Amino acid sequence: MSKKHIVLHTAPHVKKPQDVPTIMRHVVYALLPIVAFAVYQFGISVLVLVIVTTLACLGTERFFNWMGNKPSSLSDWSSTISGILLALTLPPGFPLWMAAVAGIAGIAIGKAVFGGIGYNVFNPALVGRAFVQAAFPVAITTWTPAFFTGRFSEFVPSSLTLPFMMPPETAEWVKQVAVDGFTGATPLSLHKFQHISTAPFDLYTGMVAGSAGETSALLILVCGMYLVIRKMMNWQIPAWIFVGVAVTSGVLYLINPEKFADPVFMLFSGGLMLGAMFMASDMVGSPLTPKGVMIYGLLIGFLTVLIRQFGSLSEGIMYAILLGNAATPLIDTWTQPRLFGARRKSA
Amino acid sequence: MLALFEKFRKGRFSHGIHPRYHKDATRGKAIQRLAFPPRLIVPVAQHIGAPAKPVVNVGQEVLRGQIIAEADGFLSVPVHAPATGVVSSIGLMPSAAGPKVLSIVIEVYKASSQYVLYGNPVEPETLDHDELIQRVQATGMAGLGGAAFPSHVKLRIPHGKTAHTLVVNGCECEPYLTCDHRVMLEQPADLLQGIRYALHITGAKRAIVGIEDNKADAAEAIKAALKPDDPITVELVETKYPQGAEKMLLKSLLGVEVPEGGLPIDIGIVVNNVGTLAQLGKLLPKGEGLIERVVTVTGTNVAKAGNYLMPIGTPVRFILEQLGITADHEKVILGGPMMGMSLPSLDVPITKGTSGLLVFQERTFIGEQGETVFPCIKCSRCVDACPMHLNPAQMGWLAGKRHYAEMESDFHLNSCFECGCCSFVCPSNIPLVQYFRIAKAVNREQKGKA
Repeated sequence: MSKKHIVLHTAPHVKKPQDVPTIMRHVVYALLPIVAFAVYQFGISVLVLVIVTTLACLGTERFFNWMGNKPSSLSDWSSTISGILLALTLPPGFPLWMAAVAGIAGIAIGKAVFGGIGYNVFNPALVGRAFVQAAFPVAITTWTPAFFTGRFSEFVPSSLTLPFMMPPETAEWVKQVAVDGFTGATPLSLHKFQHISTAPFDLYTGMVAGSAGETSALLILVCGMYLVIRKMMNWQIPAWIFVGVAVTSGVLYLINPEKFADPVFMLFSGGLMLGAMFMASDMVGSPLTPKGVMIYGLLIGFLTVLIRQFGSLSEGIMYAILLGNAATPLIDTWTQPRLFGARRKSA
Repeated sequence: MLALFEKFRKGRFSHGIHPRYHKDATRGKAIQRLAFPPRLIVPVAQHIGAPAKPVVNVGQEVLRGQIIAEADGFLSVPVHAPATGVVSSIGLMPSAAGPKVLSIVIEVYKASSQYVLYGNPVEPETLDHDELIQRVQATGMAGLGGAAFPSHVKLRIPHGKTAHTLVVNGCECEPYLTCDHRVMLEQPADLLQGIRYALHITGAKRAIVGIEDNKADAAEAIKAALKPDDPITVELVETKYPQGAEKMLLKSLLGVEVPEGGLPIDIGIVVNNVGTLAQLGKLLPKGEGLIERVVTVTGTNVAKAGNYLMPIGTPVRFILEQLGITADHEKVILGGPMMGMSLPSLDVPITKGTSGLLVFQERTFIGEQGETVFPCIKCSRCVDACPMHLNPAQMGWLAGKRHYAEMESDFHLNSCFECGCCSFVCPSNIPLVQYFRIAKAVNREQKGKA
């Protein structure tokens, strides 16, 4: 025993080898196939969109590190996730300068003001999206047809809008480039405003218009399963959201099948799958206990259907998750775990 | 249907963790006797309760087995000389916990046969409850599982209560440790004798030996040594940490929960560790004292890892030298890796409650990630790991704000038995159980002042 020093440490002396950056890094891995599919579907506009939002998020995070005189927190990967997720929720031809605004707003008012990772109440990507939804209501509901011709060689015209300028009208352009059968309207808005339903198979595989990364429900499910299998995501959150959506829309559908969409359509359309798998399941904004997770998931599912069917927007998952995030502290106080050996209240 | 449900519930408690067990290096190593060290350091407080009072003087010769410190009241046990030699000093010596403690230092005679001379044989079956409790106290037994609670106090049934079941804890859920496993394999007769005495003392009608299912061979060994009329059964339980915590074991074996703040005897159960009862079976009829125990010595790059029988008071430095552990080891732990103590000094002795001696080279064995602490991301892993169903995340936030009293009044801080599952799983590396230890200590101090 010729050692100069002995290391002192209190028990436990062993640790599970999975820390925060590891978990976050694997979430990024799980998102990459979705990004790849979005680029395949919508072309270079989406690729640049992802890069812009991610850089905006990382830059904002670093700026607040510098402001707060703290070491860089970029290496925990959480802002990278926010950036990628944000891009996936935006329309493919969303003006890049607005995307940058969304990224900056998401990190600044969604995360940094609360104190950074772990302290944010809301999902930063969704805060960013909600910000631009309010600021640029037209641009964020202007959709681009999937698989348009020349998508790998040219941008969607609206993408390259100059900063602080409004995007050009794209209706003419859409008519020129759209492949047969692909319109710019999303299945949800088609159903809501024109009462046209979309073929289920196209919904599952993502052969439809929509936000950049929300279209292929099956791909998102598979990528989410990767995290579930690595035990880096709580599968109960998306599961309860699906139950909430299925039950609420099922009841409505039974009441009036003419007016309301069926549960399968509800589950596989719009941003539900992406939101449930990757945003509602964000650990920071979701409750701690299984019982709390159940309430949280059912609430989000219920609100999503309510907004989609009765609100003025065609999509509801974003506000539903933000409301679920807001309710989480309350749910946590209601659903404290029951202590082992707790005595029954003698009341 | 209900029976099916009960069957499903049996054999498991909810939550807990699955660390890597690392038991293969020593589980096949038969118990060997370690050489006597030239000098023994015997603390007078090796148990929970009042320290024993030394009854020998410096310069006095002591014989192996002779009482060198007397029990001070009921909540105390005597200490016996672990080897024949001469008392060279009585004073403060380093301990595993940190503060120096009163210890009797014995220079061991090299030429002695180390034959145990002291003994006061009896037939335990002929004695009544109170006499037996006295006899158990006289052996100096304290729980060999780690907590070192005086055995006679555990076996005494408080006034107005009765015990119906004796649960024998053979879980050994801490990673690395295999000493109880070896004792069960090699000394099943002593163990069963100890269980019979314990049944006799407590008046319990039956005994259940609970063993984790990674030690099925130990269960077979005990079953093979059973007599037909023994009211003793052996049951396998899931291998999961902390299965060996008595509350978890009772839940697994019997499906019962010890009420908050209560003891197993409140629901008619007495729990004892296999190592303790095996020693009791050996010592009680002979009337001898507890002077040696089996310790698992292992870790990274330990060539002679194994289970060694050694006198109480053997200094860690001597063990490491004997086993040829000379490489640059940075961390030495007494006990298991989940609840054991890392040593501030190598001159700390083995005591009655020491089950393992672990040595590690690099600090990186803690995990590959180092020890950067991130903010809590509310991943709920600690909530899902806590076997007491506490809310470690919430208590962690409160501890950060030093709201220690609130942790106790609103979040059951005192139900935490510091198993360390929360710190083990935390991806943010937040020292949760360490916070809770501090919080408990501060609360105790505050109450002392009030």
